[in-house]
Amino acid sequence: MRFIFKTSYEQDLRLAKHGGHVFWYSLLAVALVAAPWVAPEYWLAQLTFVLIYAIVGLGLMLLAGFTGLFSLGHAAFLGVGAYTQAVLTGMGWPFALSLACAAGLSAAVGVVVGLPALRVKGIYLGMATLSFGFIVEEVFARWESVTGGNSGKHLVPPQIAGYSFESTESFYFLCLVIAVVSTLAILNLLRSPTGRAFVAIRDSEISAQSMGIHLARYKTLSFSISAALAGIGGALYAHKLQFISPDQFNILQSIDLLLMIVIGGLGSVHGAFLGAIFLISMPQLISLSKDWLPTAIGQAPGLQAVVYGVVLIAFVLFEPMGLYGRWLKVRTWLQMFPFYRKGLFKRQKSFQKSDRLK
Amino acid sequence: MQFVQLLISGISQGCIYGLIALGFVLIYKATETVSFAQGELMMLGAFCGLALMTVLGFPFWAAVLASILAMGLFGVVLERAVIRPILGQPAFSIVMLTIGIGYVLRGLVTMIPNIGTETHTLPVPYKDLSFRLGALVLNAEQLVVIAATALLCVLLFALFRYSKLGIAMQASSQNQLAAYYMGIPVQRLNGLAWGLAAAVAAVAGLLLAPITFVHANMGLIGLKAFPAAVVGGFGSLPGAIVGGLVIGIVESLSGFYLPDGFKDTAAYIVVLIMLMVKPNGLFGEKLRKKV
Repeated sequence: MRFIFKTSYEQDLRLAKHGGHVFWYSLLAVALVAAPWVAPEYWLAQLTFVLIYAIVGLGLMLLAGFTGLFSLGHAAFLGVGAYTQAVLTGMGWPFALSLACAAGLSAAVGVVVGLPALRVKGIYLGMATLSFGFIVEEVFARWESVTGGNSGKHLVPPQIAGYSFESTESFYFLCLVIAVVSTLAILNLLRSPTGRAFVAIRDSEISAQSMGIHLARYKTLSFSISAALAGIGGALYAHKLQFISPDQFNILQSIDLLLMIVIGGLGSVHGAFLGAIFLISMPQLISLSKDWLPTAIGQAPGLQAVVYGVVLIAFVLFEPMGLYGRWLKVRTWLQMFPFYRKGLFKRQKSFQKSDRLK
Repeated sequence: MQFVQLLISGISQGCIYGLIALGFVLIYKATETVSFAQGELMMLGAFCGLALMTVLGFPFWAAVLASILAMGLFGVVLERAVIRPILGQPAFSIVMLTIGIGYVLRGLVTMIPNIGTETHTLPVPYKDLSFRLGALVLNAEQLVVIAATALLCVLLFALFRYSKLGIAMQASSQNQLAAYYMGIPVQRLNGLAWGLAAAVAAVAGLLLAPITFVHANMGLIGLKAFPAAVVGGFGSLPGAIVGGLVIGIVESLSGFYLPDGFKDTAAYIVVLIMLMVKPNGLFGEKLRKKV
């Protein structure tokens, strides 16, 4: 077991807490950079999707996991980013500029959605974001002069200074760079006063307010940052698929995004990545397992929904901290080996605690 | 005349939304959880009725009663098995849990070979009946929906007003701890609330089935019932029905008088306006904040 004695505030704020962090994350970075030379093209494409979903997941994690506001219409932000990117690059704008516009426009829309969040909480906020998601989806389908309606819209591969990111490898690197930058941005945000204010709002709004945190400002800020990341993710998603249509940004996609961060582990940056890996690998795992199952079950169309549902239920019931929580437990067990107690991570019983008066 | 015709179809559609919303409110009042599986419970109720009628050959009324009872029982079991262990955890995880339940139910129904993926018609005795009233054409299906909803409302009102059980449920929904100290079996009542909600959902499913069809995805209509519950004020039983009617009527009128696309989003536009103007809904209770 490793003990870290903190002797200064700088030490407390450092991104890498000890040498182990430096070593393992460098190893991960090397592996990710080397992936195009090692992994087959199909795997690389899946890895690109993982990175894109992780970018969106980081945003949603900031909103749901760290600020405690949950959004049931996050796919709409994804869509705003994707369509902005499609329209602007279609008009011949450079990639970086249109990406910035996609992020900016999503953030602006996020502020608009964040405004009702100032008045309503919990399930009412869920309803507001859900309604917003439905309306935006309908706008995508109806505003044909811009979005192409239900027949969708094609995109060209991104270009930076004349270089076209057409190949799987080059686009992978582009996504990797953006993912790393956004992860660092989120990590830095979280250790800044703003990030701490978000966590304070999540833990108790009234206490946060009495400590001088401007609730309205920070809630809208959280919404806009989250929406901006979703917009960036949406833009990359659009480039990756090279074709977008309104039904890619519907309520089921929003629920998938929520499912991703819950299974990854709410309230942890690792969780966004683990959740993205889960979300992308799950369909593959299910189709692999089809050969082992009896045909009646394996070929049934509802199998995927059942597996998703059962996994979600199991996580909420038995592992509310998600995949990252499971990893923490395994690590603690290894570190403490003969002395691990069973009830170490036990949840407090909070039966009959009322949420209604919050 | 056209307006009245639209109004009636709006009311009958609104009754369905109201019934599903009633399920949300029952569960919310009892356990402070929001069930996203309500639409799927409705779908399951419709399938249950269908199976009883076509496979087991029950007569119509027996099938209706049996499927309502079966769904009620299912609700109780569901609460005991999945919901109870997690009560008191943050609302977010319970929402995810019920979304998971919805996925599983939808997936399981789809997995039934040759039945789950197709659309079915529920054989009801009042199919294709219609009455003429001047220039008005009244479908029997719509009238049955309205009548059944009214009857159910009266029954629920009587339950909560006059029976010991209903009064105990009201008490525990107002203050669980105090009710518990007064000797009310709060946990058992929570289970009953889920059972009641599932039974109401089954009624909604059986009423909706002749109007649309029985299909594994018919539960998605539950997403339209959320606006109904919010407009009425989450946590108010009469509010749920009123909210349902408002949403149904607005939807029906906007489908006719406004351009395409407004029909599907009308409910959500109404809910956004409602949240801005009166976040507690029409009948919502105002509660004081405590630290």
